[in-house]
Amino acid sequence: MSRYEIRLSGAGGQGMILAGIILAEAALKVDGLNVTQTQSYGPESRGGASRAEVVLNNGIIDYPKVITPDCLLCLTQAAFDKYGSELKEDGVMIVDQRIDISEAAEEVKDNILSLPIMKTATEDVGLTLTANIVVLGVISEIIGNTIPSKNIKEAIKNRVPEKTVEMNMKAFELGQKLKQ
Amino acid sequence: MSKKEAVLLQGDLAVVEGGMAAGAEFFAGYPITPASEIAEGFARELPKVGGKFIQMEDELAGMACAIGGSLSGKKSITATSGPGFSLKQENLGLGIMIEAPVVVVDVQRVGPSTGLPTSPSQGDVMQAKWGTHGDHPIIALSPSSVKEAFDLTVKAFNFAEKYRQPVILLLDEIVGHMREKVILPDADEIEVWDRKRPPADADKENFNPYEWTDDLVPPMPDYGTGFRYHTTGLFHDKTGFPRGTTEDAKKLMDRMTAKIENNLDEIILYDEDIREDDNIVVLSYGSTARSAVSAVNEARENGLNAGWIKLKTIWPFAEEKVSKLAEKANKIIVPELNQGQLIREVERAAKGQAEVVGINRYDGTLIKPEHVLAEIEGVK
Repeated sequence: MSRYEIRLSGAGGQGMILAGIILAEAALKVDGLNVTQTQSYGPESRGGASRAEVVLNNGIIDYPKVITPDCLLCLTQAAFDKYGSELKEDGVMIVDQRIDISEAAEEVKDNILSLPIMKTATEDVGLTLTANIVVLGVISEIIGNTIPSKNIKEAIKNRVPEKTVEMNMKAFELGQKLKQ
Repeated sequence: MSKKEAVLLQGDLAVVEGGMAAGAEFFAGYPITPASEIAEGFARELPKVGGKFIQMEDELAGMACAIGGSLSGKKSITATSGPGFSLKQENLGLGIMIEAPVVVVDVQRVGPSTGLPTSPSQGDVMQAKWGTHGDHPIIALSPSSVKEAFDLTVKAFNFAEKYRQPVILLLDEIVGHMREKVILPDADEIEVWDRKRPPADADKENFNPYEWTDDLVPPMPDYGTGFRYHTTGLFHDKTGFPRGTTEDAKKLMDRMTAKIENNLDEIILYDEDIREDDNIVVLSYGSTARSAVSAVNEARENGLNAGWIKLKTIWPFAEEKVSKLAEKANKIIVPELNQGQLIREVERAAKGQAEVVGINRYDGTLIKPEHVLAEIEGVK
């Protein structure tokens, strides 16, 4: 594949960076696919803005950060207001349903996928913290076989606490269903 | 870590892996964003091989402690970021003066002062050279990728040991915190150098720790092995004791300078891709090199004659190389995450033979390839 850029934005503590790492680790196992993962966050460990980025490319990745995302997640209103206008023409923007997108720029409006991510995590999985894993389920459906979903599941298992694996698998699968 | 298998590795942890591969035995320091992962990594890895990790009360003590570890014969390293690097300068000078092999990592963040703790910068380039007072030699290496962070950490230890010289490893937040897919070399593929020690049957009673040898690097015994000697920040003679003479001062300064200057071919490392007809050259280092290479590739696709050089060794500066580049090129572009630091060296080496233009950001944001491309294309 040619260069594909993913940006995950939300608040500190929502697990954006962990989600980025999981995606990058899942990409590792794909033959010939290179990956870089970077982040931007404030000094605080909770609150503030947090952004993780993953760049995939079969060739060498020179510039390691996202230039214009092919896939953008905005989990909070603040993240949407800040990053919501930058998207490739044929890109996909995933936003949580609670986000007010009425002010979205004309050129990105048709590319917005508004999904009940936080609600799914809180009500269906039973833990708001799993929202980042719900997101990975959604992204898995969007990127298809670029990174097989079994790789992502494997990477999640390796990264989350053992006793939460089942819950996180559920979160991932519910995320997949949101997009299907 | 299993070798020969692709791993997702963070730049800071590549420093740890590189250090362990080079034979690091001692880490002393104080954690600070964005270098804390280096301390954490060494705290995890060193005890596994019988090494020691110590967190000191502050960065001054961390630097002093790393020098002490080195004197006792252990390959030593400390790691910090800008604010801590400022605190280490006094003892860095001591390390240079007593010729202690030690690796000092500075993962640069935006300064001055506490600045922007989690954002990248290349603002400590001149500090790496001139942060500690007085004339002195220094070696500073700057990786632009996770793999280079590994490779240059090995080099940093090797240079430190071979030349009895503190070596600065200048990362920036991007390279330090970035994770990349890398394949690390096996141990038998890595060249590891150790310091020269006096022979075991040397006369310990009449031993001179700063003897003038042909290679200008005196053999260094481990403290505690029967070689009793004195170290001091004062200018000293071959016995290690200060006499306060102008003669000793000049002699030691000249030797310390020459031990580096005589070996520039080995110490100055760079990568380049400059074709015969390339009249525009982008000179960069660290994370900025990623944008430079990307921009040059795009410029070439647009039919422009552009090339790039990426300095892996910043100090000593590749003066001769840049001077030669300037003879051929019309324009040298120097992107930096500061207000223009290394560009001064480039201008000095170019001696007006080529136009030297900087691209500068100092707000914690990486320079994008499009900005470099615009400069190559001459678009303002």
